[in-house]
Amino acid sequence: MRVHTRSDLEKLSAEGIAALYPSRLKISVGMATCGLATGADGVYHALRDEAAARGLDLALVAVGCIGYCQQEPLVDVRMPDRGRVLYARMTPERARALIAALAQGALPAEGALAAIRENGDGSEPAKDLPPLEELPFYAHQHKVILRNSGLIAPTRLEEYAAREGYQGLARALALPPQAVVDEVSRSGLRGRGGGGFPTGRKWQICRDAPGAPKYIICNGDEGDPGAYMDRTVLESDPYSVIEGMVIGGYAIGASEGYIYVRDEYPLAVERVTQAVARAEDAGLLGADILGSGFDFSVRVVRGAGAFVCGEETALIASIEGGMGEPRPKPPYPATSGLWGQPTVINNVKTWASVSAILARGADWYAGLGVEGNTGTVVFSLVGKVANTGLVEVPLGLTLREMIEDIGGGGPDGKAVKAVQTGGPSGGCLPARLFHLPIDYETLTEAGSIMGSGGMVVMDEETCMVDVARYFLNFTMDESCGKCTPCREGTRAMHTILSRIVAGEGTPEDLALLEEVAVWVKGAALCGLGQTVPNPVLSTLRYFRDEYEAHVHERRCPAGVCRALIRLAIRPDLCTGCGICQRECPAGAIRGEKREPHVIDPELCTRCRLCHDACPEGAIEIVR
Amino acid sequence: MIELTVNGNPIAVPEGTPLLEAVRAAGVELPTLCYHEGLAPYGACRLCMVLVASPHRELVASCVYPVEEGLAVETDAPEAVTARRLALEFLLSRCPQSAVIRELAAGEGVTASRFGAPPPEKADELCMLCGLCVRVCREAIGANAISFIGRGGERRVGAPFDVQSDACIGCGACAEVCPTGAIWIEDRGHQRILHNWNTTVELHPCPACGRFFAPEPTAFLKEVLPETAELWGMCPECLRQRAARQWIEQDVVKPT
Ligand SMILES: Cc1cc2nc3c(=O)[nH]c(=O)nc-3n(C[C@H](O)[C@H](O)[C@H](O)COP(=O)(O)O)c2cc1C
Ligand code: SF4
Ligand code: SF4
Ligand code: FES
Repeated sequence: MRVHTRSDLEKLSAEGIAALYPSRLKISVGMATCGLATGADGVYHALRDEAAARGLDLALVAVGCIGYCQQEPLVDVRMPDRGRVLYARMTPERARALIAALAQGALPAEGALAAIRENGDGSEPAKDLPPLEELPFYAHQHKVILRNSGLIAPTRLEEYAAREGYQGLARALALPPQAVVDEVSRSGLRGRGGGGFPTGRKWQICRDAPGAPKYIICNGDEGDPGAYMDRTVLESDPYSVIEGMVIGGYAIGASEGYIYVRDEYPLAVERVTQAVARAEDAGLLGADILGSGFDFSVRVVRGAGAFVCGEETALIASIEGGMGEPRPKPPYPATSGLWGQPTVINNVKTWASVSAILARGADWYAGLGVEGNTGTVVFSLVGKVANTGLVEVPLGLTLREMIEDIGGGGPDGKAVKAVQTGGPSGGCLPARLFHLPIDYETLTEAGSIMGSGGMVVMDEETCMVDVARYFLNFTMDESCGKCTPCREGTRAMHTILSRIVAGEGTPEDLALLEEVAVWVKGAALCGLGQTVPNPVLSTLRYFRDEYEAHVHERRCPAGVCRALIRLAIRPDLCTGCGICQRECPAGAIRGEKREPHVIDPELCTRCRLCHDACPEGAIEIVR
Repeated sequence: MIELTVNGNPIAVPEGTPLLEAVRAAGVELPTLCYHEGLAPYGACRLCMVLVASPHRELVASCVYPVEEGLAVETDAPEAVTARRLALEFLLSRCPQSAVIRELAAGEGVTASRFGAPPPEKADELCMLCGLCVRVCREAIGANAISFIGRGGERRVGAPFDVQSDACIGCGACAEVCPTGAIWIEDRGHQRILHNWNTTVELHPCPACGRFFAPEPTAFLKEVLPETAELWGMCPECLRQRAARQWIEQDVVKPT
């Protein structure tokens, strides 16, 4: 259907409500990349086939990411007038059992994680289940960017419309463009691509810049390893991004937009492409959008996946068909961007926030988070933490609330030592700083960055020198190589760190490492080089004792660095079962059955397989 | 005009001047390798770092930093000196055989590098990746025959796929502009060999003396500049003699 007026939008939304809350049984399966990776596909087919076999009438829907990675595959079952329940860790087998129970007319307790309140018919949520919002993992969360993720079928325009979709655009188009810029400025929104530049101010600069045409770009490169926030938004709620871009285009006076998505995200590319086509069909992209006389079109560009292509000037060069290489700023893209024209480039999450801000108002958004750091951010919480997943929280939450309350602390109750925020060029902050609030300035002052939302939790078994080396190993390869500090300096830091973890570091190495790190940070051309030293500088600042142990005592306190540890079997604990001997790929373990075994240090490669395999815990790591 | 100070001395330069030129106009020398007046700013070597002390404190590459009213620039601030020295120290470790780099480094007081020597297969490396060759070929010549290949430490310059380039016109601008002499071009009989680009172009004999001179792929210039088409391919010596003869015929100068 064509959506030309507000009443068309209401009709579309009514259709969406009918699809979201049908009068028959509905089962939604989280089928973003994360769900698929844990077998959601098999679950989906099992549900479908079993329902068909039993003649059960149901609406089976593939939705986006529900957010609780730890518990994937997740299945959301809604039974009209009976409630709505989220089932976790589904398998095809359990899916068939679920269908069997549902065919009996019951929402089974087996495998149920929580009750979902929002069920469209006001029926009481199941009493014996905790409400989803009250699970520790969800209690501190506030979903703005991920507002629809996992709740709608990603490319169904009507379902997006049913959840306030396109209300923001309708409102924006009724305002003068400058008022839209003002609204975004007043909301306090800052760029979610990492830098935190005030979005309204960027738009104003571009709006005021001479030159036409102007362009809008959505940065969906997301090159940080382990980060998947942007992918999730694009896969789970593409219209929220597209709508934001149309609003931005109207505000700054652009009629063309580009969505740059890395090619390694095939599902995101597919869904966004479908959504763009669907929005075009509905007239929500193209000429005379919602009868306003404003035209806007969107093109999807696939990036060939280099970390540095996320940097805005490199990304623009890449869209233009050039090499993805940064150039010096100024001029900034807002005055001279794509094809030399004024261009607003914002992150996926920034655009998804814009559509919500216009729908609900700047004051609502400014009321989330804290002064100067308003709104919400999405983190991918991973590492040595009990609950992992995509977490959206208001800015200003403390690291402790994030790691201990939402994340549930270390797995198996192990102590958490540090957290790394901001992706490979972020810094590591020690547990004694967990009282710090999560905001752009605090993280930067502490030696890390917000980045685009990676959060890796580390425990006592993590060697901070090794961590620094690990990240440098990544950035060393991802440096474009254009400028001397980043190209040569990053390699030199990596070489020094490799020496230190190999037990060959000298006290002079520590001073040299610091000197090079400070130089690269201050002298590199682009944001990549300027942040590459963060893992080094922050670990030198907070975990210098670990560096010193490596250098002065040839000891790795965390027991990680292979050159500095030894594995030994405690004769008092060893039962001589021989499991270690079978596990050892180096053939380094000898011993008679039922006699204590021994490890030959000459042959041992310190792979730790024996340590992990020993049922008696008899193999110790000697540091 | 924009007014600023360099090490406390006031100087005024036209708007849009790179800070580097302002610093030089103030009589202060800075090492540079990737900068060229005739090409777009690039900012890759990071040798020209200076400290902008006010209005905001920032270490900047002066060649890509446009002058601003009231800037206070310090070229000898410790962080600027360290930045230049480290860049030179790293380039010295990359290209120990380059006389140009050794000289620039010595100028900043760097005579040895703490960062080791290149691996044996790169012991004679002269290219420090300033990109001047790539840029002159693209921006000034318009041939776009060479480009950077690889990322990070693998970065180098070459023709696509390291095979004979169809785009190279053999003009030699790349070698001309290369600050370290890293590009080897050899004229051998009727051929010009651009060793770095694995490319050979045919040379055209000078219509006056027959000496092989102009690369054949530059023949398009006859169409671009029809008024001088007849002069295409003439070697500089014959061109000079021809001009001298014309001047005499036209009484511009008289033989003495
Ligand atoms: C090395 C590097 C990688 C970057 N990668 C991304 C990225 O993957 N996604 C992104 O949105 N911004 C990335 N940025 C930031 C962009 O340059 C730019 O600031 C951002 O897209 C602006 O949007 P925002 O204001 O909405 O954050 C990166 C920056 C650097 C220096
Ligand atoms: S800082 Fe690194 S990525 Fe950025 S231009 Fe320099 S070499 Fe390239
Ligand atoms: S060959 Fe010469 S001009 Fe080209 S990048 Fe290397 S040093 Fe610069
Ligand atoms: S001369 Fe300024 S960066 Fe190279």
